[in-house]
Amino acid sequence: MRDVKLHAGTPVKPVYGPEDVAGRDPAADIGRPGEYPFTRGIHPAMYRERLWTMRQYVGFGTPAETNTRFKYLMSHGQDALNVAFDLPTQLGLDSDDPRAEGEVGRVGMAVDTLADMEEAFAGIPLDRVSVSLTINGMAAPITAMYYAVAERQGTPADRVVTTPQNDILKEFVARGTWIYPVEPSLRLVADLIEFSARHYPRSNPVSVCGYHIREAGCTTAQEMAYGLAIARAYVELMVARGMGVDEFAPRISFNFTCWGKIFEEVAKFRAGRRLYARMLRERFGAANPKSWMFRTLIGGGGSSFVVQEPENNIVRGAYIALAAALSGAQTMALPTYDEAYTIPSAKAQLIALRTMQICAEESGAADTADPLGGSYYVEALTDEMERAIVAELEHVEHLGGLVEAVRSGAIQAEVARQAYRFEQQLASGEIKKVAVNCYLTGGDGGTLPGFPFNQIAGGTPPGPPSDQIELYAFDQRVADAQLAKLGRVRRERDHGAVDRALRRLSDEARGTTNLMPAIVEAVKAYATLGEIAAAMREVFGEHKEPVKF
Amino acid sequence: MKVLIAKPGLDGHDRGAKVVAQALRDAGLEVVYTGLKRTPEEIVQVAIQEDVDVVGLSFLSGAHLLLTRRVIEGLRAAGADDIDVVVGGTIPPRDVAMLRDLGAAAIFPMGTPLSDIVAALGKRTARS
Repeated sequence: MRDVKLHAGTPVKPVYGPEDVAGRDPAADIGRPGEYPFTRGIHPAMYRERLWTMRQYVGFGTPAETNTRFKYLMSHGQDALNVAFDLPTQLGLDSDDPRAEGEVGRVGMAVDTLADMEEAFAGIPLDRVSVSLTINGMAAPITAMYYAVAERQGTPADRVVTTPQNDILKEFVARGTWIYPVEPSLRLVADLIEFSARHYPRSNPVSVCGYHIREAGCTTAQEMAYGLAIARAYVELMVARGMGVDEFAPRISFNFTCWGKIFEEVAKFRAGRRLYARMLRERFGAANPKSWMFRTLIGGGGSSFVVQEPENNIVRGAYIALAAALSGAQTMALPTYDEAYTIPSAKAQLIALRTMQICAEESGAADTADPLGGSYYVEALTDEMERAIVAELEHVEHLGGLVEAVRSGAIQAEVARQAYRFEQQLASGEIKKVAVNCYLTGGDGGTLPGFPFNQIAGGTPPGPPSDQIELYAFDQRVADAQLAKLGRVRRERDHGAVDRALRRLSDEARGTTNLMPAIVEAVKAYATLGEIAAAMREVFGEHKEPVKF
Repeated sequence: MKVLIAKPGLDGHDRGAKVVAQALRDAGLEVVYTGLKRTPEEIVQVAIQEDVDVVGLSFLSGAHLLLTRRVIEGLRAAGADDIDVVVGGTIPPRDVAMLRDLGAAAIFPMGTPLSDIVAALGKRTARS
C-alpha cells in the first residue's frame, strides 16, 4: 500500500471511522454554521443566502488600460475588483524615478498621483462595487487616494467598501514590498486601520495574508499559523493604541491560498476559523460575534500551476475552486492557466471567472453549508490540522513572537527551508505533478524532464505554440504615456499646497499622531506617491533585510 | 567555485533564488545571496568584492532584459568579464535568445529542474 502524507507532513490513514472522531464534543468543537466557533463556516446558510464574491486580481499598464479590463470582467459577471499595482507604485517610487526604469506598468497598474486613481475608477460606481487594493507599504497613501476618488464621485463615507491589503508583516516574511523598518511600517498599518474604523465603517482596512507565505514555500499548517500570528500582532497593536477590540476586529479580513489536497485545505480553514474565534473571544475578550469571524478570500495558488501542458492548469483551477467552496470562502479568485508564463490574457481571466461560476452554479458545492461536515475523515483532519497549527504557533512564540521572528529573519529562513524541501519532494516524486514528474508526454514516466531550452543542455527553446498562450506584450509606450501624464499633473498643481502638505507629513511622522489626515491632504493636493513616500522615508529610514537562507 | 545569487530590480519574490542557493550549497558550491532589490551597480560591486565565478540573476517581474544587460555591461566596464552571468526565473521563451545575445552564459526559465541548474554550474567548475 502506498504511504500518503499531507502537505503539512502528517500521515493519512487508508480509512477513517467513528473511532477517529470519538471523544469530541460536537456542540463545543464543531457547532453549527454561523455559530461560535464557526468551524463549519461564518454564516448559517452560507452560499444559499449569498454566493462568494468573485474577484480576479487585475491590473497592468496605465490606469486607463486597467479601467478597460475592469469593465470587461464586470460585464461578464464579476462583482468586485482586486487591483494589481506595478512595483514602483508598491514601493513608493514615481514612474520617472531611475529605479523604476523597466518596471512601470509591468506587473500592475502604475499610480503616481490621485489623477491616476481617478482614471482607473472612472465610470465604476464605488458606492456599489467593492474594491480590494493589493497594496501594503504604500497602503496608507493609496487608500487615501481611493477615499478621495469615492468622495469626488459623491459616495458617502459609510458606503465605501474597500479592502487595502495593508499587511506589511507578511511582506517582510514573503512578498518583499517593504519600504520602512518594521516599527514605522507597523505604525502606518495601525494608522490606516484606526482612521478607517473611525471614518469608513464598511472598509476592511487590513487583509491578513497567509497566501503569500505559502506561495513562498511554507506548509499548509504554517500558512494558517503565521496568518493567525500576524492577525494577533495587529490586534495587539490596535489594543495598545487604546482601541477596544470590537471597534476594529469586525472589519479584519483574511487572504489565504488553496491548492493541492482538497480535504487538507478544507480542514485547514475549518481549524483556522475555530482557532481565530477562540483567540478573539478568549484571549482578547471580543464580545461582538463579528469580531470572532474569520472572513477570508481564498485565492488559488499560482505556484501550483506549471509551464508543462499549460491547459491542464484549467483543470487544477477547477479543483481549487471546489476546495475553496467546500472551505467556506467569502471571496474567491483563481490563478489563470497562463500564469506560469505571463501576465494573464483577457481570455485566461475569463476562463478563471467562468470556472468559479461553473463551480457556483453547476457543481452543487454551493447548495448547502459545509457539506463535508461530519465526515469522519474531514473532522479528524480538522483536529489534526488544529494540532499542527497550534504547534507552529508555539514555535513562533519560541522565536520571540511573530514581529521578533520577522525582524531576525527566522521565519523567512524557515519558509525558504520548506520551499527547498518541497522542490526535493517534487524531484524525488514524493509529491506528484502530472506532466512534470509523472505521465510525461512522450517521456519515460519516471524522471523529471530536462527542460530543453537551457543553453548548457544544448537544446533549443520550444515555448508554447503561439495559439496556446498569448504572451503579454509589454509596451514601452505605456511608460511613456505614464511619464507624460505625471509631468502634466506636476505642472498644473498648486505647488504651495503640495509643499505645505509634505512638510506637515514629515513633521507629523516625527511625532506619534495618526498620519492619515496629513496623507489625505497631500494626496488631494496631487503630491506624487514618490514625494509622499520620501517625506516619510526622511524620518523613518529604510528597512535592512536580514538575509538568511 | 563561488556563486553570487542576486535579485536585481524591485521584485520581491525570492523563493526561486533561495531554493537555487540552497541546492547549490548542498552540491558543495560556495554561495552568497544579495537579498532583495539590489541595483545592477550593487550586484557588480558585490560580485567583484566576493570574487565569485558566476552571478545568478533571478527575475519574476519581467524586467530581465534591461537589468541583465546592465549587470553584464557593469562587469565588463569593471574588467570582470571573466565572471559568468546566468539568468533564471519567469523568462518567456521568446526572451531566451535575446538574453543569450546579451551575453548570458545560461538561461534557466520556469520549469527548469534544480538538478539541471546544479549540473550546469558544476560543469562550469570542471571546465575552469
